[in-house]
Amino acid sequence: MLKLLERTHVRGESLAVLLVLIVIMAVLSPVTGSGVRVFLTANNFFNIILASATFGILAIGATFVISAAGIDLSLGSVLGLASVTGAALVVTLEMPWYFAIIGSLCAGAAAGAVNGFIVTRGRVPAFIVTLGMLGIARGLALIISSGRGIYGLPEEILFLGQARPFGVPTPVFILLFVALASHYVLAHTPFGHHTLALGDNENSARATGINIRRQRMMLYTISGLMAGIAGLIFTARVNTGDPTAGLNYELLAITAAIIGGTNLFGGRGSILGTMIGALIMGVLQNGLNLMAVQAYYQQMAIGAVLIAAVWLDQIRTRGRSLQ
Amino acid sequence: MSLLELSGVEKSFGPVQVLHGVNLTVDAGEVIGLVGDNGAGKSTLMKTITGVYTTDKGRISFDGADVTGRNPGERRESGIEMIYQDLALAPQQDVANNIFLGREPTKRFLGLLPGFVDKSKIDAEAQHMIDRLGVHVPSIHLPVGMLSGGQQQTIAIARALTFKPKLVIMDEPTAALAVREVESVLNLIRQMRDEGIATILISHRLNDVFEACGRIVVLRRGNVIADLKRDETDMAEVVSYIVGAHG
Ligand SMILES: Nc1ncnc2c1ncn2[C@@H]1O[C@H](COP(=O)(O)OP(=O)(O)O)[C@@H](O)[C@H]1O
Ligand SMILES: [Mg+2]
Repeated sequence: MLKLLERTHVRGESLAVLLVLIVIMAVLSPVTGSGVRVFLTANNFFNIILASATFGILAIGATFVISAAGIDLSLGSVLGLASVTGAALVVTLEMPWYFAIIGSLCAGAAAGAVNGFIVTRGRVPAFIVTLGMLGIARGLALIISSGRGIYGLPEEILFLGQARPFGVPTPVFILLFVALASHYVLAHTPFGHHTLALGDNENSARATGINIRRQRMMLYTISGLMAGIAGLIFTARVNTGDPTAGLNYELLAITAAIIGGTNLFGGRGSILGTMIGALIMGVLQNGLNLMAVQAYYQQMAIGAVLIAAVWLDQIRTRGRSLQ
Repeated sequence: MSLLELSGVEKSFGPVQVLHGVNLTVDAGEVIGLVGDNGAGKSTLMKTITGVYTTDKGRISFDGADVTGRNPGERRESGIEMIYQDLALAPQQDVANNIFLGREPTKRFLGLLPGFVDKSKIDAEAQHMIDRLGVHVPSIHLPVGMLSGGQQQTIAIARALTFKPKLVIMDEPTAALAVREVESVLNLIRQMRDEGIATILISHRLNDVFEACGRIVVLRRGNVIADLKRDETDMAEVVSYIVGAHG
């Protein structure tokens, strides 16, 4: 088991936190009519994964960018832009159903590519570029949709969010597929090795002949593409292209990546760790919901978790370098 | 024809011109010492050879081809390796991955998916290379950042030698090393020469330079001001060039 964790670059501690959190939530959650803790029902389990799927995919994008010592603050807004772009093509412009898929994915990837282009060519810090994109993408989403949700998508699209093939919600399959493919890329391909090396020491990457510009460009595009996929799932789940979709999700996504073991300063990152991080965030949110904790307090809790995770990591790395 | 030929290489950083038209040739298997004061432009000159810096003016040809416009990856591919003064290692990646960085061998995962890094091959060949260098490294699975300075130096050397280079540039490779380790680096340079690999050694330790190099080039304020055969010069003369006693 430990060997497996090591091989998949998952931290034991993240897993432990998840298990402890599950136990706490199970104990604290209310009891159903039939005497079972609500938290432990199969239905609730799917609720958690379903909610985690959207920001879990965003967190995968965050993992790619952060492990290369970058950051993408525009993830949540690009999700919203992708959601309305796909819906507008199919509902407003009456194109065939698959244009919702093409539109969402292309809108996401395009926003990411613009981020990457400005970061690499203009040498503007990623923090600023993606913060700007956070505003631009959200504004664009509101303009495209005239500020209103675009309702009424075709069957085929709803399948992606609401169906339950083999009793499991479709988004869970999509999340699994995206996570496994991303794990393959980050942990096992030259592209992944170069990503971590770039985040670790840019000079090292340059000296060994890695094309840093292309690498960064692709990483931000991947991040945007993930926001596109998440936007598509969001649209399908609520049957609406929603311009406010993904509001504050960058907070969830980045937090999930960091508590999953991605180094905020680059050089270390694991998709499977991020998935555990996303589940931790999902369980936390779900548990607080079941305990009827107000959304305002939840926001605070998530923000506090992010700061605590980075703080603990700092203490840990400092401890290591003192050895 | 020489292995490496620089003609009229110029380089500025903003308003500061660091290289003023450098000419230099290196033959295959030749070991050259490059010396000069701090700030003379030695590291900058070497980085124009590896392509990490682009040149403003001048021409660099290597192995019969003009490489002036090529990027660092292409130049590495054609046989130029450099061990940087700051080593340029990725501290959180393990020893084996650092040695193969930018050159990862791949296979098909389960015989299907392409582009799967062949980690067992990387590990085996990295271990082999380190054994050949005869320096003790606790484990090739450790992050490089956890190793000592001398061990990290070994990793940087192993990375430069693993892919059969034609020219190896070493920027102050002995600065952080203990006496015994310095000896093994100098031995290694001799061994490389016998295999026909050319070396440019940058060092402040003139003893090392005189021991290992057949030719000594002095750089001063971005100009080559002396190009001397070891057997026809002595330390006093080299020092006088370094400090500018010849104007
Ligand atoms: N990236 C850079 N940007 C600006 N100035 C630089 C840069 N690299 C080197 N220099 C300047 O170029 C000069 C030569 O530096 P360097 O090549 O490192 O000298 P040496 O290796 O001979 O000590 C120094 O004055 C240094 O400040
Ligand atoms: Mg130097």
